[in-house]
Amino acid sequence: MAKAVLKAAAYSLIHTPNFLENLGTTQTTTSPDSEYIKSLKENLRTYEEVINYLPNQVYIGNLHPDTLKKYERPFCTAEYKAGKRYGKFGEIMPEDEFILLIKYSDTFNLVLLEEEFLAQTLIKYENHPLKTDDEIKQLTGKGSKIADIEAELKNDAIGIYFDAKLVGCVKKAHDIDENLSSHVMIENLIVKASAGVCLKHLIAQDNVDFEKIGYVIECSEEACGDMNQRGGGNFAKAIAEIAGLKNAGGCDVRGFCAAPTHSLVHAAALVEAGIYEQVVVVAGGASAKLGMNGRDHVKKGYPILEDVLGTFAVLVTKDDGVSPVIRTDIIGTHTVGTGSSPQIVTKSLVEEPLKRNDLHISDVDKFSVEMQNPDLTSLAGAGDVPLANYKMIAALAVMNKEIERNEIMDFAEKHGLVGWAPTQGHIPSGVPYCGFLIDDLTSDTNINRAMIVGKGSLFLGRMTNLFDGISVVIERNTGSSQEATVSKEEVKQLIAEAMKEFAATLLGK
Amino acid sequence: MDLENQKRIKQLTEEYGAENIIVVLGAAEGELSGLAAETVTVGDPTYAGCLTGVSLGLGVYHAVEPSFKAVCKPDVYEEQIGMMEMILDVEDITNEMTSVREEHSKYNK
Repeated sequence: MAKAVLKAAAYSLIHTPNFLENLGTTQTTTSPDSEYIKSLKENLRTYEEVINYLPNQVYIGNLHPDTLKKYERPFCTAEYKAGKRYGKFGEIMPEDEFILLIKYSDTFNLVLLEEEFLAQTLIKYENHPLKTDDEIKQLTGKGSKIADIEAELKNDAIGIYFDAKLVGCVKKAHDIDENLSSHVMIENLIVKASAGVCLKHLIAQDNVDFEKIGYVIECSEEACGDMNQRGGGNFAKAIAEIAGLKNAGGCDVRGFCAAPTHSLVHAAALVEAGIYEQVVVVAGGASAKLGMNGRDHVKKGYPILEDVLGTFAVLVTKDDGVSPVIRTDIIGTHTVGTGSSPQIVTKSLVEEPLKRNDLHISDVDKFSVEMQNPDLTSLAGAGDVPLANYKMIAALAVMNKEIERNEIMDFAEKHGLVGWAPTQGHIPSGVPYCGFLIDDLTSDTNINRAMIVGKGSLFLGRMTNLFDGISVVIERNTGSSQEATVSKEEVKQLIAEAMKEFAATLLGK
Repeated sequence: MDLENQKRIKQLTEEYGAENIIVVLGAAEGELSGLAAETVTVGDPTYAGCLTGVSLGLGVYHAVEPSFKAVCKPDVYEEQIGMMEMILDVEDITNEMTSVREEHSKYNK
């Protein structure tokens, strides 16, 4: 059975201050007369500020997460001006260009963009290194009159704004079906378009051949379908289509914040089983979560920091002899009978799979847990989430007598990372480290084994009070399995040569 | 505190009576624990949920507080909470909880 490896990863952010205001649930459920909403615009960051925000530069791969250790918190107070739009993992896209891609993602003529806005933004987007001829062709000359957009707003369309100015709208997709309302449609189109941006960055990487990708798994937290099948799907194929993955099939996997790690395991299984040689796991951003803790950020005197959509895409392939190996035999599963106290959850996800494989907790060099940027949660009174997770894992190591109690913080420092991902639910959960993991496990570092841990709060769906989680170990590739495959071929060749020689000997005789 | 949790605590209190309810919190920080404790005693300080302006005055404890630990079976406590007790700032949480309880709890304090 071929091993599965983590071949490539891409990460992108989209700066969306206008969507924050009009789609973020904290904003849409707060009274317009409140101080928070009245002063909202004063508390939004500019695109330049978002580019120069250290955790964002880490997200797109321009800085290693360890860089964050050198800076005081909150990171938004750091005097950092070297931020770039593009990084080795992806980009931080401005809102106007993203609005264009929402229109490009719309196959049912639901999105109208004002003609001048569309034309001007298209000129800007033509400089994008990953623009496609089809995008330009499909968007050119497709603008609408502002009067037509305003008329649609009276017919239940939802407005699209840029710089607080109406520049377009998304129409409802059905007269009476609330699952196809303009609000649901814009949320879903945002998932599709943002995931498309990231997937394009993934397939643009040198070592990725998009024609070989056979399957795409999408793992965001939205649902698309009509009133007869509310979560019917399939975002995966819709996203693969706009990214041009013509040879790929796909489907959606859901599991709240744990879905990306579930999907990674599914992808590895599909590859190991030989069903597909290359599988992509991708997710778009959650517009509802924009500005989720904005009130607390403002209350503490900081700008609203949850102003970006997060996206990621990772590629799992069969063993190439180099990329980190996904150890599908070291998987931790939170089962129905596990229980939900943090201690029991951590045991089931971290201790149990390692023990089963004769490994200790400290044998894992890096843990990638819920990698939320601590600015976003600490300023909202919820503490430093990754650090809390590392302390829990360290405490478990104490209970197992691997380390002393006074070594908990040292363990957290050595085996952990400072969080950098936006609080977009599924986006910070386990997978943000995949990009750096590939670098760390294929270069000269002391990191040879990492564990990805995904957790999810299922109670939010009101179907069960169970907790959820899954973990998987990823290791440096020793090249042995590929050698084994080569050896098999060599054996065949040796036998053939021996037969030939034997035949020649017989003839010679 | 989560809006749905506020609703459930309010309903349970109406059904069983405030004197028969104790709320046990598991928040990771003193500040967050204090906010949750205020919510079920004096009312939601964030003015977001159904406990806004509703003073239930419930008894409220955090799972790592010594007074709560004292009434638990030691082996169960060790298995379920021992790890968290090791890493949370128990003193900060206890101080925060004690102050809210003394000021606002009317029952089971």
